[in-house]
Order: sequence, then structure tokens, then C-alpha cells
Amino acid sequence: MGLLYGLIAVGLALIFGLMDVTNFAHGEFLMLAMYLSFFLFAFFAIDPLLSAPLVAAALFVFGAVIYLLIVRFAMRAKANAGMVQIFTTFGLAIVMRGLAQFFFTPDYRSIPQSWLGGKTISFAGIFLPEPQLVGALVSILAFAGLYFFIHRTDFGRAIEATREDPGAVALVGIDKNRVFAFGWGLGAALVGLAGAIMAVFFYIYPDVGASFALIAYVTVALGGFGSVFGAFAGGIIVGLVEAVTALVLPPSLKSVGIYAVYLLVVFIRPRGLFGSM
Amino acid sequence: MDKNFAARRRRDLIIAAGLAGIAALAPLFVKDVYVQNILILTLMYAALSQSWNILSGYCGQISLGHALYFGIGAYTTELLFTKFGVLPWFSMLGGGVIAALIAMGLGYPFFRLRGHYFVIATIVIAEIGLLLFQNWEWAGAAMGITIPIRGDSWLKFQFLRTKLPYFYFALGLCCLAWFVTWWLEDSKWGFWWRAVKDNPEAAESLGVVVFNSKMGAAAVSAFLVAIGGAFYAQFLAYIDPESVMGFQFSLLMALPAVLGGIGTLWGPVLGAAILIPMTELTRSYIGGSGRGVDLIVYGTLIVLISLALPQGLVSLFSRSKAKGATR
Repeated sequence: MGLLYGLIAVGLALIFGLMDVTNFAHGEFLMLAMYLSFFLFAFFAIDPLLSAPLVAAALFVFGAVIYLLIVRFAMRAKANAGMVQIFTTFGLAIVMRGLAQFFFTPDYRSIPQSWLGGKTISFAGIFLPEPQLVGALVSILAFAGLYFFIHRTDFGRAIEATREDPGAVALVGIDKNRVFAFGWGLGAALVGLAGAIMAVFFYIYPDVGASFALIAYVTVALGGFGSVFGAFAGGIIVGLVEAVTALVLPPSLKSVGIYAVYLLVVFIRPRGLFGSM
Repeated sequence: MDKNFAARRRRDLIIAAGLAGIAALAPLFVKDVYVQNILILTLMYAALSQSWNILSGYCGQISLGHALYFGIGAYTTELLFTKFGVLPWFSMLGGGVIAALIAMGLGYPFFRLRGHYFVIATIVIAEIGLLLFQNWEWAGAAMGITIPIRGDSWLKFQFLRTKLPYFYFALGLCCLAWFVTWWLEDSKWGFWWRAVKDNPEAAESLGVVVFNSKMGAAAVSAFLVAIGGAFYAQFLAYIDPESVMGFQFSLLMALPAVLGGIGTLWGPVLGAAILIPMTELTRSYIGGSGRGVDLIVYGTLIVLISLALPQGLVSLFSRSKAKGATR
């Protein structure tokens, strides 16, 4: 379960953590991805595992378009840019939830049978549910890919450089909007991947994103802003803490453990575990 | 400049008194209960947002966890009222004091954090409060508390047949929050807060005790918000954790101030006067279908306003803009 949070958080780690743009609609991106893979399954009988790249590609376009249409302008605000970003993306989240209710109705949906759904693998006497296992695997790959992308490619370096100093970056001929639109697209594609895998074993409804979004923010902040590895570590810690809390406290209180650990960590290290900002 | 400032403050006070006077007469003309309801909610959100603005606007410590103090105000009042029969007037103040103490207790570790780390910490602490109340059997857990109706009474601050007393209380609270802000704006504290917001290091070097001034802002802000929570509980006669401590509530408290103009005297009032009627009207006129059209309209408006006027509606009034440039 921990790596699953990591998977949701990895996209946010890019947008929120590396580009320093607040995205309060992250959970709604997840919701959209889950619906996409549901409909691809319902109408074309494409298994979510196969459609995952399609969903990720669709989300890539969606994320880039959202950046170019809305977020670009929110970032232009001179005064209190942080609040403007919070509330434009919050407004966007409300619109997306409304649209989901309008087109998809508030009904709970699920994908009844898929290659992975409900199957388990036994490993050294421990039974592990397959979907979660695949989720964990994809999550590790996604993090490794993002790490490589940020630290080893020119485009990744351009993203970091653009956050640091947009003016200087413009001087060396990098188009800030192109870089950030690509970054948003990539962040959205990663959450698209998460949505496609989660669609296999979670109910899908318009508000589903909200329950995961907060934990994703906490995961990113726990690991520290500006660090891909931090978000990955954050995901694992959040998962472990949740599992341990669930043993000690009633299930309805399991998130309290996660939140408490976040507070504890930032009180000791105000920049998160591996943060550079 | 000094003279201008004093003149502006006097003018603000006169305008506020005028507006409050007009508002006080409004019930003479507005008999429709539905409209009265909207007016009450508008005044309440104006008061809440004004209180939020003290910590987040003036002092620059963006809190998205103020629902915690709102909920504490509501719960303290109702627990004392239903379990021990303490009159709401006293328990309300008790709730305010408890909220202020909690705000200061939390401020001790919280105010070391900066930026996103601080904002997320405020969200998280409110969420912990929500989860604890949802699991606290004695306080009604997730079911909440239904406040027993014992008939119209000023003593118990409960009215069945008329909404007018609620209206005047909300108006009073709104005036109080405005006046406190007005008064603080020109006090030592007000100047400290703005200095802390703009550049904490520079403020510290000039002898502002940054930490204490943040604590002061947090306490005042939490106290007023908790009184608002107590009012809301009496007004609805029913509370549950989600409806007084949910994350949405923290955002709704911040939204009027942000739309109206964060860190300004008139922003929260202006923002609430436009936002709350808009929310209620879209909900009741196009929300009936249950298909989310109201959400689409409401969300779109928020996006458009925050994009078009990043400094808030107050910036439309060019006078304050010119003044802001010289300050």
C-alpha cells in the first residue's frame, strides 16, 4: 500500500515538489484517470493494465493543456502568487468534480474482472494481492524513471533551472512555458498511470480523488520539496506508518498516524527528510 | 502621508458605521426567510474570513486549518450546553479561549515552519482534529450532536420562530471582527505583523519579536473564529465533525479574503458579500438536479476571479491602488 501512495505522489512530486506549483486538483486528475480506464474497459473491454499507457498519454495532454490554459496565468500573478495558485487549482478541482457528477453520475463504479483483480501471489508463505504488487513495481519504475529524467537529461535540468530562476533561463533560450507545460504533462501522466492501476481495485466515484490527495501532499512534504528520492522515501514511510497504526488504532483513525509522523518529522527537520528547499 | 493615513482610517470607520447601520435596518425590508438566511451566512463568513485574515493576511502565515478552531468553538459550546447545561453565552467565550490557547500551543512548534511545510502542517492538524472528533464517542462521534430545542430564549440563544436574533448576532460578530482588524491595523502589532510578513529577518533585526507577534495573531484569529463556530452551532442546532471541521471549511474561510483582497481591511467583507450569495444561489437554483451543475458554475467563477484579480476585488478601487504604490 505504501508504494501505491508513492505512485500517486510521484506525479505531485514533480509538479508540487520540483516545479513549486501548488496543484489542489491532483486528486481530481487521479479521479479522471480512473474513470478513463473504467470506460476503456466497459466499452472496449481493454484491460486496465493494457490501457494504462493510453490513460497516461491522455492525462499527459490534459495536464499540459490545463497548464497552458489556466495555471500559466495563475503563475503570472505578482502578489500572493501562492494563494492564487491554491484557489485556481481548487476551483478547477470543483469544476472537475462537478463535470464528473454531470457526465458520469455520482454512482460508485468498479471494474468487475481484470487480469489482476482479486488474484494473489503466495511468496514464502505470505499472500500478496497482485494489483498492489504491480502497483508497487510500477511505482518503483516510475520513481527511477523520474529520477533519471530530472538528473540525467537536459529537459529535466531545464525544469529545475526554470523553477530556480525563470529570468536567467529565458536568457539562455529556454522557453519557460514549454518546459513547464511538459512538466505538467509528465506529472499528470504519472498520476494517470496510478489511476489506471488503482481502477482495478478501488471504487470509482467523483470524489474519490479527495481522499488520496491530502496523503499525497503529506508524502511529498514529508520527503522534502525538491527531492525525487524524498518523495519515494515518503511514500514508503507513509505506507509503513499506516500499516502500523492500523494494528494499534481502530481503522478509522489510521490516517492520524501518518499525519502525526509528518508533524514529528518537520518539527525535527523543517525541510522534510531530504528536502533542499 | 501620516495625515492621509489618519484620514483614511477615519473614513474607513465612518463607512463601516454606515454600512453596519444599513445592514441593521435590512430586516425591516427583507421578510423572506430564505434571503435572511443568506444574509446571516454572508455576515458569518465575512466575520470568519476577517478573523482568518488577521493571521494569514496581515501576518502572512497562510493557515488552511482554521476549521479546527471553528470546530472547537462549536463543540465546546455544545458539549458544555448539552452535557452540563452551561449557557451558550459563557461556553462560547470558553470555546474562544480554548481555541486561542490551542492556537498558541500549536504555534510553538508550527511557527518554525515556512511556506508549504507550514500550510500542510495546518491542514494536517485540522484533519487530525476531525478524525479524533469522529471517533470520540462521548462527543457524539461521527453522528454529531443535536442541540435540544427548549423554545425561544435570549438566555439560551435559541430561536425557533424568527431568525432575526441570529442575524443581529452575526452582524455584531462581523462588526467586532472588522473593528478588531481596524484597531490592530494601526497598532504596534499591526506594523509588526506586516513587517514579519514582508521580511521576517529584517523585522527581527529591527527588534520585532517575530515569534511572539505570530503567536498574538494566531490567538486573536483563533478566538474570533471559535466564536463564529459557536454561533454556527446554535444557528443550525446540529453539528457533526465533518460539517464544522472539514477541510472544505478551512478553504471557505480563506476564500472570501482571497477573492476580496488578502491582507486588506475591506477584502474579506467584500469577498463574502459577493461569494456567499453566489454560492447559495447557484446551489439552490441550479443545484437541484443533483448533477453537479452548481459545482461547475461555482468552480469556474472561482477560477476566473482568482485569475482576473490576483490582488482581490479591493484592487478595483483605484484609490487604494495608488496608495498601495506609495506605501
